[in-house]
Amino acid sequence: MNGAADMGGMHGFGPVEPEPNEPVFHAAWEKSAFALNMAIGVAGVWNLDAFRFARESLPPPQYLNTSYYGLWVVTLENMMLKHGIATREEIDAGRALAPAAMATQPVTAAMVANMVRCGSPYDRAAPAPAKFKVGDKVRARNMHPKTHTRLPRYVRGHAGEVVRIVGCHVFPDSNASGAGEDPHWLYTVRFDGRELWGADSDPTVRVAIEAWEPYLEPA
Amino acid sequence: MQLRVRALETILLEKGYIEPAALDALIDTYETRIGPRNGARVVAKAWVDPDFRTRLFADGTAAIGSLGYGGRSGNHLVALENTASVHNMVVCTLCSCYPWAVLGLPPLWYKSAPYRSRAVAEPRAVLREFGVEVPSDTEIRVWDSTAELRYLVIPMRPAGTDGWSEAALADLVTRDSMIGTGVLARPEAAR
Repeated sequence: MNGAADMGGMHGFGPVEPEPNEPVFHAAWEKSAFALNMAIGVAGVWNLDAFRFARESLPPPQYLNTSYYGLWVVTLENMMLKHGIATREEIDAGRALAPAAMATQPVTAAMVANMVRCGSPYDRAAPAPAKFKVGDKVRARNMHPKTHTRLPRYVRGHAGEVVRIVGCHVFPDSNASGAGEDPHWLYTVRFDGRELWGADSDPTVRVAIEAWEPYLEPA
Repeated sequence: MQLRVRALETILLEKGYIEPAALDALIDTYETRIGPRNGARVVAKAWVDPDFRTRLFADGTAAIGSLGYGGRSGNHLVALENTASVHNMVVCTLCSCYPWAVLGLPPLWYKSAPYRSRAVAEPRAVLREFGVEVPSDTEIRVWDSTAELRYLVIPMRPAGTDGWSEAALADLVTRDSMIGTGVLARPEAAR
C-alpha cells in the first residue's frame, strides 16, 4: 500500500539526530510495548507481515505523529480488537471482563527464549526454478496494491540489476493477508542513483533492495 | 501511552495469553545480552582470521552461527565489506528492519523519518550529519532491507592496529560503523 511508512525519497523531515549513549529503551512503557508484541507474536495469532501491514495501514497523519513504540502499541491494540483478544470495553476498563475467547497455552519465558534463539527463517522449498540470474537487467513493476507490499514506491518503474539470488522466501504480500506463505524467489536488485533520483543526483550512489520475483519484469 | 500499554498488558496476562516471566526474559535479553558487542566480535574476528573472513562473506548466517549468534532477525545474514573504493550503508525505508542478532535493537535515529527518507536519496548528506566524510570518488552502496535479509557492515580496520588482539580490536568497533553511518578512526593508543 502507498502508506506513510513508505518514506524513501520523501523530503521535509529534517536532519538525522543521533543521540549519544542512547539507552535501549527510553521509558518503562517502551519495554512493555516491545515485550508484549514479541511475546504475543509467539502465540501465533497473527504473523509479522500482518503486523507490519496493520502498522502501515494507520492513517498517515497518525502514523507520522506517533512515536516508534507508540506505533507498536496502537497496532497491538488494533490487532487485539480485530482478533477478538480484547474488546473496546476491556481496553477502556484496563482489565479483562471475560475469559479468553480462544483456548490458548500461555507464552512462557522458555518459549520466547526459543524464539529469540531460533528466529523464524523465511526461506522455503522452491516450487519452480528462479526466472532471473545474477547480472540480469530487471525493472521493478509499476504497481500500487492497496494491500501489503514490500516494494517501495521509489523503485517502481525503474530498471536495475540482479546482484544476488537470496533464495525462495515467504511472500509478504500474501502472508500478510492470511492467504498463505506463497513462497517466491527473492533477489537483491541494485539501482543506479541517477536512475532513481534523476540526472542531477550523486553519480557515486547505488541503492539495493530485496525484491520478490512477482515485483520484477525483464528490462 | 503508558496507561494504554498497561491496559493491554493487564488484559493479555489476565486472559492467560502470556506469562509475566516471558516479558521479563525478552526485556533482559535485549537490554543486556544481545547488542552491538556481538557484531563487534564478528568484525574483529573477520579482521584477524582469514578463514573466518572467507566464510563470513560466503555465508554470513553460518559464520555468525559458528560464534553462537543468529535466530531472531539474524536468520539470513549478509556481511558487507567496506573498502577504500566502496562504502556500504544500511537502512530500512519501510519500517525498522535491523540485524538484531548481531547489533541488538536499533537506535531511534535508524527508525526515524529523517533517516528512512533520506538514506536512499542523499546518503552523503546523511553521513555528514554523523560527521562522516566519504571521499568523493568512493562508491556509496545503500542497502534497503525490504525482506528478511539482514546486513552487517564490516568497517575498514583502523591503521596502527597491527598485532592487536581480537578482544582489543572488538573494543574499537562502534555500532554505527557496523550500520555504515560511522567509520573507525586510528585509535589514540596507536598514535
